Amino acid sequence: MATGIKDKVAIIGMGCSKFGERWDCGTEHLLNEAFQEALLDAGIEKSRIGAAWYGSAVDRVNVGTSAIPATTALRLGGIPFTRVENMCATGTEALRGAAYAVAAGVVDIALAIGAEKLKDTGYGGLPIGTRGTLNDLVLPATSAPGGFAQLAAGYRARYGVSRQDLKNAMARVSWKSHQNGAKNPKAHLQKEVDLDTILNAPLIADPLGIYDCCGVSDGAACAIVTTPEIARSLGKRDLVTIKALQLSLSAGVEIGTADWDGSYVLNTRIAAQKAYAEAGIRNPRKEISMMEVHDCFSITELVTMEDLGISPDGGAVKDIMDGFFDADGGVPCQIDGGLKCFGHPIGATGLRMAYENYLQLLGRAGKRQLKNPVVGLSHNLGGVPYNCLAAIAILGLATR
Amino acid sequence: MSDRGIKSYAAYIPRLRMDRAAIAAAHAWAMPSLKSAGKGERAFCSWDEDSITMSVDAVRTCLQSPLASSIGSLSFASTTAPFADLQNASVIAAASGLRADISSSDVSGSLRAGTSALIQALESAQTTDSMVVAADNRRAKPASLQEMQYGAGSTAVRIGTGDLIARYLGSASAISQFADHFRSNGQLYDYHWEERWVRDEGYLKIVPEVVERLLKNSGVSAAQVDYFCLASTISGVAPAVAKKLKIRPEAVVDKLASRCGDSGTAHPLMMLALALETAKPGQRILVVGFGAGADALLFEATDAIASYRSAATVSSQVARGVTDKSYNKLLSFSGELALDWGMRAEFDAKTSLTQLYRSSDQIISFIGGQCTACSAIQFPRMSACVRCGSDALLTPIPLADEAAKVATFTADWLQYYPAPPLYVGLVQFDNGARTLMEMVDVVPEQFDVGLALRMVFRIKERDGLRHHHRYFWKATPVG
Repeated sequence: MATGIKDKVAIIGMGCSKFGERWDCGTEHLLNEAFQEALLDAGIEKSRIGAAWYGSAVDRVNVGTSAIPATTALRLGGIPFTRVENMCATGTEALRGAAYAVAAGVVDIALAIGAEKLKDTGYGGLPIGTRGTLNDLVLPATSAPGGFAQLAAGYRARYGVSRQDLKNAMARVSWKSHQNGAKNPKAHLQKEVDLDTILNAPLIADPLGIYDCCGVSDGAACAIVTTPEIARSLGKRDLVTIKALQLSLSAGVEIGTADWDGSYVLNTRIAAQKAYAEAGIRNPRKEISMMEVHDCFSITELVTMEDLGISPDGGAVKDIMDGFFDADGGVPCQIDGGLKCFGHPIGATGLRMAYENYLQLLGRAGKRQLKNPVVGLSHNLGGVPYNCLAAIAILGLATR
Repeated sequence: MSDRGIKSYAAYIPRLRMDRAAIAAAHAWAMPSLKSAGKGERAFCSWDEDSITMSVDAVRTCLQSPLASSIGSLSFASTTAPFADLQNASVIAAASGLRADISSSDVSGSLRAGTSALIQALESAQTTDSMVVAADNRRAKPASLQEMQYGAGSTAVRIGTGDLIARYLGSASAISQFADHFRSNGQLYDYHWEERWVRDEGYLKIVPEVVERLLKNSGVSAAQVDYFCLASTISGVAPAVAKKLKIRPEAVVDKLASRCGDSGTAHPLMMLALALETAKPGQRILVVGFGAGADALLFEATDAIASYRSAATVSSQVARGVTDKSYNKLLSFSGELALDWGMRAEFDAKTSLTQLYRSSDQIISFIGGQCTACSAIQFPRMSACVRCGSDALLTPIPLADEAAKVATFTADWLQYYPAPPLYVGLVQFDNGARTLMEMVDVVPEQFDVGLALRMVFRIKERDGLRHHHRYFWKATPVG
């Protein structure tokens, strides 16, 4: 009987590059920036890494396919090094690969690293590409905000929330992330923005205005994992261990049947239930200390609060307006600024979220430090709500 | 006398109508004389409409009464067929739900291609019905008179025996070297000669000869003609020809200049359809097609016309127009003006012809599938059922005529789209099928979850690199 990942893997080192418009460097530099920080943090030589997973989602504007660009950047040849891609969950997928290798006892120390260089396209937003020969013929070409904005229509129709009330709550989501991002020196956007500016910004995809959307960024993030035993043998005292790693993908139900009403994200709900079971969490609203969720768009964060079981169905608007997810709220969310302000280099994002949870759990988050967090959740949502994949990683302090 | 005749008809005129005063105003700095032509409005195609899509709409509506299964042939007449070599009629047939075991042809070469195709169908010895559809969407140089005069549209006419609304009495034709205008292969614009010469030496000499011959052969006098359909962009031509032929002036059918403009090859058929709207049993309709000679056709309305009503009359199509004053929109949609759509528009829209063929019934005919295990109806047809996962073959089931509603939507301003914003969302069919679709002809303030939708065949994407474009279905509000 499988027993899950809980407490089988410890994170001994993490790194994260400065996110943003990194005109100054390429993917190889970003990778090294995150890697060197993680190596230093772990206090190991890179020769001790037995296997590695490299996440990059948009290879055509990045450094190309395979993991060779990563082995070359890190000068880390001769070991199993695998490139993974699973849309916006790519970084978390790299972590899952490394963690599973350690948990399986195949290697002692494994590396998860993710990077994305999105600001070399020449335009804002995600790069445009084919979605497969059949999809190109039958699916409308929608932007990412166009896909997620439809959640607002579904949510309004289900709960009878007025357009303005929903707009206000969405604005409050982004306002809070800007407040947090302003305290983060590695964040892409480090500026507070007032609610009026957010509410009156030009529309990107109705009802999402420009401040309801995260931008795209350059960046890389990295984790070095091993067993708790090896971690302790390396002299690590406070241990952050992985409590859960879950992933759920659409199989057509949302886009192809009437079973889904467009007001929530099915895969987040499935992944959350499995992650809570794996981590042994019964009451997430009480037990989770902090969250880094996939706030690609404000409406996504809003429904995610319900999908994760933090807010009751239909209750996210109230929780948001009550400040429940603010830095001083019940479950602080996006304390590092989130995708909205820290930035969203796709392949790095899952690892960037884990990085913030890791720093907070170890009390190393500086101005943003929360009071005694013990469990941190991160969540990625790839694709569009009606055809998506959701990843959840839960980290926590190891009980001695 | 043939026992064939007209069984049904349907017209399509694009919803978009350009205010001619807006065209004139845009050119006033250089061509102030255009102001006199700047009256009324002209139909123009949206970026995703062309002669194929307009034809599909007319044919689908025309098929609504009797069953599609008895159609044995389809002719598509146009001088603006999207493809030079790739039979346009075959696309129209498939999208209209016609069977594959029929004959089909593209007819072109002059503006009388529509009437020539009608004569062919009427003179045919085939026992099944023929569908004739004509459509045009002609380009005109900015500031030309044609830019004011041309419209766009299509008309489908179902020809057969049996339940006729108008009996075919005969036809006559003539060929002539008279060229009032021409357009060489590969060229975008028509080249027109002086209107006075066209009227006096062309219409007033060529048409009367053909009509007189037809009337004589049919044993019908000019005074017995109740509807005279003669299209021309030149003002006063039809009344002048009628006068010369001694056809009663009140028989001259309105050429729809004020609300729609000249739809080229389709126009004689559209005027015929307009006449059929009000014709009473026993009344006679004379239709003329003009171009490199002339065709003339004579019909007599039957008793059945009293109870017949097309689902798409010309009047209803004229009435559904939405006036637009943005002249740049017309220029952009017709390809005269290349806007800077930014890098997001640089996407390569190459179509995989292998994929297109493999799934052509889904893409062109909008045929989904029904699971033989759990009965769930779905689109597209994948390798296993979306609901129960059974890998039993899905039974094909057409979706184009199924009722549907908006399930989710947004207006996407970021995505490159030639008519921003892109309306897109999940479409929920009443029969259970659901898919993500583009939504067109949306009235923003009336659009929301639950709104009733119907399906239309449109251009999905243009591939500027290979000069190909692909078609697919889109959803549009009912009514």
